[in-house]
Amino acid sequence: MLINQFLILGAVLFALGVYGVLARRNAVTVLMSIELVLNAVNINFVAFGMMNGDVVGQVFALFVIAVAAAEVGVGLALILLIYRTRTDIDVDELDLLRG
Amino acid sequence: MVAQNIAFGIIAAVVVLSAFRVVTTSNVVHAALYLVGVLAGIGGLYILLVAEFVATTQYLVYIGAIVVLFLFGIMLTRAPIGRTADLTSKQWPVAALVASLLGGVLVYALLDEFDDTELPEEPVINRTADVGDSIFSQFIIPFEAVSVLLLAALIGAIVLARRD
Repeated sequence: MLINQFLILGAVLFALGVYGVLARRNAVTVLMSIELVLNAVNINFVAFGMMNGDVVGQVFALFVIAVAAAEVGVGLALILLIYRTRTDIDVDELDLLRG
Repeated sequence: MVAQNIAFGIIAAVVVLSAFRVVTTSNVVHAALYLVGVLAGIGGLYILLVAEFVATTQYLVYIGAIVVLFLFGIMLTRAPIGRTADLTSKQWPVAALVASLLGGVLVYALLDEFDDTELPEEPVINRTADVGDSIFSQFIIPFEAVSVLLLAALIGAIVLARRD
């Protein structure tokens, strides 16, 4: 197997995630796209870890998974709060901070 | 090696198609279910890369917990369960341009740098015990930081989401 198989798959997944973050309007789907980005990075960590033959890549992938879990928890709580105050989670409408 | 390449091809096709559907489908619940396809495929890739513990964690934490959390989020925000036309914003062509430029630059740079670099045929086997040893010796401080982060996120989520 070439390392590039995994790295290019990661790059494609990263680009799809960025597209989702930019183009989606529902805040929950934006969070799902962020998960795609984090997973793309994880593929790179594990692939490079195998190439170098050490365990550090896997350890960092595990840390990323833990941080992603925390991020989703807080993110969904924020979305829930926005839904309660505005009854809508369309990110295009969230412009309270616009000057 | 051939078998591994065939497995990689199948898994990569599943992952990319599911990821494409996650960001394009007009049904929020379907997006969450396609996300399961992406995450399961990536777990398979970890097994190909002889990282069983990461693969197990991927299945347990992502598919077991995070996707369920997403489904709860969809239900609690009363998103329209059926198809909705306005799930993608009007600026989607600009977003597609940005994403394809980014992806193109990344792929070009990777092809330039790692052209024919092979992964080792006989990889060093890092058992789960080795991962654990490494976390609890070399990476003990980041590990404690992640523990505090998870606790803070837990308390923060409760504080944010409770009604007062």
